[in-house]
Amino acid sequence: MGERLLLRGNEVIAEAAIRAGCECYFAYPITPQAELLEHMARHMPRLGRTFVQAESEIGAISMVYGAASTGVRTMTSSSSPGISLKQEGISYLAGSNLPAVIVNVVRGGPGLGNIAPSQCDYFQATKGGGHGDYRMIVLGPSTVPEAGELTILAFDLADKYRIPVMILADGLLGQMMEPVELPEPVDLESLPAKDWAATGAEGRDPNIILSFDLGPENLKQMNLVLQEKYREIVNNEVRYEESDSQDADIVIAAHGTIARIAKSVVRMARAEGIKLGLFRPITLWPYPYEPLRALADRVDTVLTVEMSAGQMWEDVRLAVAERAKTPFYGEMGGVVPTPLTILNEVRKHAN
Amino acid sequence: MERSVIIAGFGGQGVILAGKILAQAGMDDGLEVTWLPSYGPEMRGGTANCTVVLSDEPVGSPIVDQPTGLIAMNRPSLDKFEAMLATDGVVVVNSSLVDRTADRDDVRATYLPFNDLAASAGNPRTINMVALGAYLKASGVVPLETAKRAMSRMLEESGKSKLIDVNCKAIEEGYNAA
Repeated sequence: MGERLLLRGNEVIAEAAIRAGCECYFAYPITPQAELLEHMARHMPRLGRTFVQAESEIGAISMVYGAASTGVRTMTSSSSPGISLKQEGISYLAGSNLPAVIVNVVRGGPGLGNIAPSQCDYFQATKGGGHGDYRMIVLGPSTVPEAGELTILAFDLADKYRIPVMILADGLLGQMMEPVELPEPVDLESLPAKDWAATGAEGRDPNIILSFDLGPENLKQMNLVLQEKYREIVNNEVRYEESDSQDADIVIAAHGTIARIAKSVVRMARAEGIKLGLFRPITLWPYPYEPLRALADRVDTVLTVEMSAGQMWEDVRLAVAERAKTPFYGEMGGVVPTPLTILNEVRKHAN
Repeated sequence: MERSVIIAGFGGQGVILAGKILAQAGMDDGLEVTWLPSYGPEMRGGTANCTVVLSDEPVGSPIVDQPTGLIAMNRPSLDKFEAMLATDGVVVVNSSLVDRTADRDDVRATYLPFNDLAASAGNPRTINMVALGAYLKASGVVPLETAKRAMSRMLEESGKSKLIDVNCKAIEEGYNAA
């Protein structure tokens, strides 16, 4: 680890991608992730790597498809409306078993919405925003240092499973600064060879990368391969954080920015005698259903808090399955709940 | 202990940079810090502000309900944020532009003519450093020398070394006047 630097979330995601060996980055600018693109524009050419400001978001994700097909590490980033435009390309990446990293610095929606922080793209990210029976690994960083760590992990998981991986951040995480120790750059030579990539077929059989088969039986087989891969990911890659939960009567279930705000709420609640804990999914897909279910057996209440109308709440209720009460508190449209407003919700459910 | 400050003013008064310098100084002093800007459309024409949290423990929320400090560079900033201040909080007010005193009697207020002090430091645009100096004295959150070193390094890194002297003078003006 290097020196401690004070950096924005957007810059840390960009720099971590560079250090993870991202060779090709394609994007179209949008607030609140502009600093991510700017960092890449500043540094990728200097490193002899590819930076393209595409003509559109659809252009950018299609370039990612092309670059990923050649086996290089590649990434695109945008914010909510721009990510909507990329959904077709993400489905194609998934169908073609291509590794890629997609960053969504979420803003208020729907439609053009606004540029304020939100978590309202959870459904789109975790339930398949594009067409077809596909999944994407979705990582939800809660702090600026973790945004860097999860970006490195995103590239590793993308390569390991040949799958698109999304970093689901939000405008607050993208804009805020926090001390961070950046990881050492990955040695690209040390990465496993991609013998499936389209690198030129001289002296070997061609590698074919596609996402279609006109025969239903063949396409079914392609789907079964995908489903087998998703089962493996569910078995191996669930990540979550549980804190102050040992003696808790009530836990907040929250991801990303809200989870870090909730850490302040836990301190405040405990100071007034409320035994509050926190359950934070780090992988939003695969969702940590089993750990949350086990926790629900020990507590009275799992209070979901989100910057949405209750999107992750559906996964919480699936996990808890009536083992505990599952109230919800959310804000929409870019409104960020403060620690006190969350504490007031907690008080309503405390004994 | 956790301390937090909202630095607010008109766009162009340098509140964002003052916050960055404070956050950097806090980090250099061994504290955990967060810096959060207002980045919404309100920055155009209205008030700009940022929130800095400094703590000896990992910072949970970068958003604060009751900041322990407020730097009000103009009247709308005092009007908007005064009520939020924690009891015994510190408010540093730019009396060059704010024509009222604080309504609260449970906070510690310091009134200084930032614009005049910046002018006497040699550059009217250094009002943000005057304000930061005054806040450092009033709050004691990080030592003056640490903040000066952080500011000098940040100006140097952004190719503005020739502005270091005048900004050091401005931060001292604010500190000594408070």
